[in-house]
Amino acid sequence: MFDFAREILQYPFIFKALVVGIFVSFCCAILGVSLVLKRYSMIGDGLSHVGFSALSIAVVMNWAPLLVSIPVVILAAVLLLRLSEKNKMQGDAAIALISASSLAFGIIFVSLANGINADVFGYMFGSILAINQSDVFLSICISSIVLVLFIMSYNKIFLVTFDENFANATGINVRLYNTLLSILTGIMIVVGMRIMGALLVSSLIVFPTLSSVKMCKYFKSVVINSAIISVLSFVTGLFISYIFSIPAGATIVIINLFAFILYSIFGFIKERV
Amino acid sequence: MILLKFENVTLSYGNTTVIENFSMELSAGDYLCVVGENGSGKSTFLKGLLGLKPPARGKISLVGLEQREIGYLPQKTDIQKNFPASVNEIVLSGCLNECGFLSFYSKRQKNMAIENMDLLGIRDLKNESFKEISGGQQQRVLLARALCAAKKILILDEPCAGLDPVISKKFYKIIKNININKNIAIVMVSHDIRPALSGANAVIHMQQKPIFFKTVEKYRESFSYKRFLGGV
Repeated sequence: MFDFAREILQYPFIFKALVVGIFVSFCCAILGVSLVLKRYSMIGDGLSHVGFSALSIAVVMNWAPLLVSIPVVILAAVLLLRLSEKNKMQGDAAIALISASSLAFGIIFVSLANGINADVFGYMFGSILAINQSDVFLSICISSIVLVLFIMSYNKIFLVTFDENFANATGINVRLYNTLLSILTGIMIVVGMRIMGALLVSSLIVFPTLSSVKMCKYFKSVVINSAIISVLSFVTGLFISYIFSIPAGATIVIINLFAFILYSIFGFIKERV
Repeated sequence: MILLKFENVTLSYGNTTVIENFSMELSAGDYLCVVGENGSGKSTFLKGLLGLKPPARGKISLVGLEQREIGYLPQKTDIQKNFPASVNEIVLSGCLNECGFLSFYSKRQKNMAIENMDLLGIRDLKNESFKEISGGQQQRVLLARALCAAKKILILDEPCAGLDPVISKKFYKIIKNININKNIAIVMVSHDIRPALSGANAVIHMQQKPIFFKTVEKYRESFSYKRFLGGV
């Protein structure tokens, strides 16, 4: 096992993917707890489509991909939040609207320019080969910022997730924390897209929490457990994808699915006993 | 000391006016009961009171009171039914209105949470999961959280909805004790009128033009009360 690990870590691209992936899957999992419990799971999916379009346009135009797409996704995150907050539209409908239309824009733009090229394809389905030195650096920085902000406002995030009405009534700035969560989610989605691809990155947000709530009774244990499942699933998925030469993103999702099924079974047994 | 004031307040929902031209004052130590039929505007009144709904006309002002000195017991939401959270986590979160952006709990706040759990007899449940305790226990957990937040006023939205009469009676007693012992003003919305009125010293009868009664006796003599109970 150790020999195997040593062997594949000799490949710099695997090592980079591992570092980026561990940070990203950790942060996505802890952000996901609040989003899933608030019944706002689909925001990740919506934002990944927005991110995909922004990245493809940036590639076609030869702009720096992350620097273009992160602000665009943040903007979309805030817009989604406002739309559902004001009850102008239901949250899920707003997400469907924004994600489909941004994807449409992206695809038309790319096909007008030069058709789907390898880079664009990579953003769609993820490609660990595409990760370079600056991606590693950037994703570590961003993940650390996300982690620090999350820990600092952890208790308030709990309150805003559990009971928005109470938080509002007692003078807590609910909007600030909702906005913070959406923005951090948007950023993590963009960073995670390199590995997982736009179509699968939202699973990093949703799956670990869904598994954890089957077994955990406390908010804190859900957060910690989600982070652990997420990182373990990522590492296992990456190694398996290397052994069988199958796509990394898809493998990681399947491992997460296994974890979910396992937790569901244990949860079911625990309830009966 | 006056805590808050309604001056010629009109509250509306979309194009319908729910409450029209209503004035009242609430002082420290008051126990105000808000009664009325379903759809008479009780919830809208509370939203106005909590500053969640700006009035269409008139003015609602907090006088000797800040938003963060309010304790609130909302109705349970759908999300909470299956929410993984311990009783301790929930009660403690009531203390957050004292915290800045860095939201960690101090020793004093942890003690306060325990004190309030003691007061409501739920200390044994400290490490239980919210979704696994009974409805009456959940209600006491939410009240303990509200007490952690309440410095001057406690606002309760149907605190006994879904509880059986015996537990309700205990609940009203606890609320009255809080009112007297901690000198915290109470505003309670309720539809089970008789037990709710037992501790109150003022009443608002909700209808399009709400009527404010300074004492429960006056309310009991009124036409609104008799009609509400079906006597007239």
